[in-house]
Amino acid sequence: MTEATTEVAVVARDLTRSFGPVVAVRGINFAVTRGEIFGFVGPDGAGKSTIMRMLAGVMRPDSGTITLAGIDVVANPERVRTYLSYMPQRFGLYEDLTVDENIFFYATLFAVPRKLRRERGQELLEAAGMLPFRRRLAGKLSGGMKQKLGLVCALIHTPRVLLLDEPTTGVDPVSRRDFWSILYGLREHGVTILLSTAYMDEAERCSRLALVSAGEIRHCDTPARLKQAMPGALLAVATANARGAYAALEGVPGIIGLLLMGDRVHARVDDAARRLPELRGVLAGRGIGDADVTRIEPGIEDVFVALLGSGIAT
Amino acid sequence: MNLGRLYAIAFKETLQVWRDPRSLAIALLMPLLQMVVLGYGVSLDVRRVGLCVYDQERSQISRELVERFTASDWFRINAKPPDDRAVREAMDRGDCAAVMTIPVNFSRVLAETGKASLQTVFDATDVNTTNIATGYAQGVVGMITADFESRWAASHGVQPPTVGMIDLRPRVWFNEGLDSRNFIIPGVVAIILGLVGAQLTSLTVSREWERGTMEQLISTPVTALELMIGKLAPYFMIGLFDAAFCLCAAAFWFQVPFRGGVGTLILTTALFTLVVLGIGYLVSVRVRSQLGASQIALLLTMLPTTLLSGFTFPIDQMPAAIRAVTLFVYARYYVTIVRAVFLKGSTIGDLRLPVMSLVLFAAIIIWIAARSFHKRLD
Ligand SMILES: Nc1ncnc2c1ncn2[C@@H]1O[C@H](COP(=O)(O)OP(=O)(O)OP(=O)(O)O)[C@@H](O)[C@H]1O
Ligand SMILES: [Mg+2]
Repeated sequence: MTEATTEVAVVARDLTRSFGPVVAVRGINFAVTRGEIFGFVGPDGAGKSTIMRMLAGVMRPDSGTITLAGIDVVANPERVRTYLSYMPQRFGLYEDLTVDENIFFYATLFAVPRKLRRERGQELLEAAGMLPFRRRLAGKLSGGMKQKLGLVCALIHTPRVLLLDEPTTGVDPVSRRDFWSILYGLREHGVTILLSTAYMDEAERCSRLALVSAGEIRHCDTPARLKQAMPGALLAVATANARGAYAALEGVPGIIGLLLMGDRVHARVDDAARRLPELRGVLAGRGIGDADVTRIEPGIEDVFVALLGSGIAT
Repeated sequence: MNLGRLYAIAFKETLQVWRDPRSLAIALLMPLLQMVVLGYGVSLDVRRVGLCVYDQERSQISRELVERFTASDWFRINAKPPDDRAVREAMDRGDCAAVMTIPVNFSRVLAETGKASLQTVFDATDVNTTNIATGYAQGVVGMITADFESRWAASHGVQPPTVGMIDLRPRVWFNEGLDSRNFIIPGVVAIILGLVGAQLTSLTVSREWERGTMEQLISTPVTALELMIGKLAPYFMIGLFDAAFCLCAAAFWFQVPFRGGVGTLILTTALFTLVVLGIGYLVSVRVRSQLGASQIALLLTMLPTTLLSGFTFPIDQMPAAIRAVTLFVYARYYVTIVRAVFLKGSTIGDLRLPVMSLVLFAAIIIWIAARSFHKRLD
């Protein structure tokens, strides 16, 4: 196991890709170890899908190299196919085929023997909670079911590297839990997982995160270390009038960043001990007396905003 | 080449056609519909041309004249207008394709001088019909004249003229009844195959792009060649099935004489189907929307097949430049072959030129099609 975990599964060097004048991916570098769950997080249009596509060998980079399971993907995309599974952001299965037919199709394309196909299909469908829907057309499944079917099809041949582009978008929390328990199971078997996500709770579950913005990886580390790297401390303001509090706190000295999160405002400050009473005072002065200001541990979203200077839609 | 993957693609494609009402309709209903429409509707024969007779004289001779026209299957008297205005109106309304005017003094002039003119005006908006109808009218009048001449000679006590009469005895081969349906229907098969084969296959790759299934498909180990063969296999079977249906309808329902070998027909039909599928696939690979692909496929198959394959308009009557273009209209070779196999009973040996042309077309198009698909998004 120790040897396995240090084995490098995916390496990207100086990966660049443009679409006309738009530079979607700008010379990125990263290395993913076997058994890792490596997450790409970033705002819309950051270049996450473009990175995934290049890794999957369905899009050619303008320059740079990708090595996946020891194979040069850019030079030999066909040689790497059997080792990887790619689930595109847009649902990629056949809506006019049933669940079982889709599974059969992908299993056969990857030359999975019939017996194994039956066993694995059964196992995966069960884990996904989809056994009752085997004969349903994929187009008639709910959004979450579709994504889970995508995962089942991607896993029917036991890939070494799994590439998932926003796999849980539109998936309800229960299905997402199924999804993640499957992913954790895979990690036990040494499968390397690279995924992009827009969900912060999901980002926290990754072993390492790459914060992507405007085609570049700005920061890349474990979620815990990214949080430590966040400059300043975080104060949460809970109030019935969150918008009012946000407006009141804008431009107040000592505040480095402000983030409106539903019924709360997160204020990043240079010195928590000193600023906490000050903020209370400012809010009271602006008639927001019910505000409850406490120091909290930052979430990935806060880190993200702090490090990239912008929020991401969730 | 991996047979399992080939099978997976072919099986999936079959399921998709089977579950898509539009594809199914093209595959199964279209041939039936086309066969009925083209088989019954398109005819180059001109029969029962509408004729208006404006009989100003109303004599025994004029009535005899009219009767002779009516007696032939070529004309059908459908109006007897009482005056000039009614004639004009009948023509304008398109009630009749020709108007024959028998002048007031027709029989008197004929009796006195032995010569009289009979004005017949044709509506030449339909050139083909007019040409043929003019010929028919001359034929009818020629027969009447011969009769009148001998009668006139008898009544004047002289011998009818016998000099310079060459009797042409035409004998037609292969299509003895001169039935244009025998000429058209074998060509209909080419139209239907072009339509069905290219239409269906033009959707096969563009559908994957449009529905977003291509991205995941190209991330699998399937090769471009497996994809092409796997995708074309079901359409090849559908094409052969449709061809069999059409050819049987031609032979048994429309009673087009079948004098050749079934094997020759199957072999050449399979070849032609390959060409058509190759074109459909090529379009499908190049055009990423289903609508666009099917439109272009229609343009590339139906248009040249109906106009330039010799299906309706004989190629040797075309101007040299157009004739040169028809060399690239792959359908012309098949039309030639089907007609020859049906009506003349020609063998592969007799038809080596068109057969070799089809082989060449099939090879080139399939080769281009196989090379034009890349497992890439861009
Ligand atoms: N095929 C393409 N043609 C032209 N521009 C493209 C293409 N694909 C991506 N882009 C552009 O490249 C940039 C990065 O796009 P990409 O899809 O990789 O972002 P993303 O991070 O996946 O965004 P999202 O979260 O919305 O999926 C965007 O500006 C996008 O408009
Ligand atoms: Mg994306």
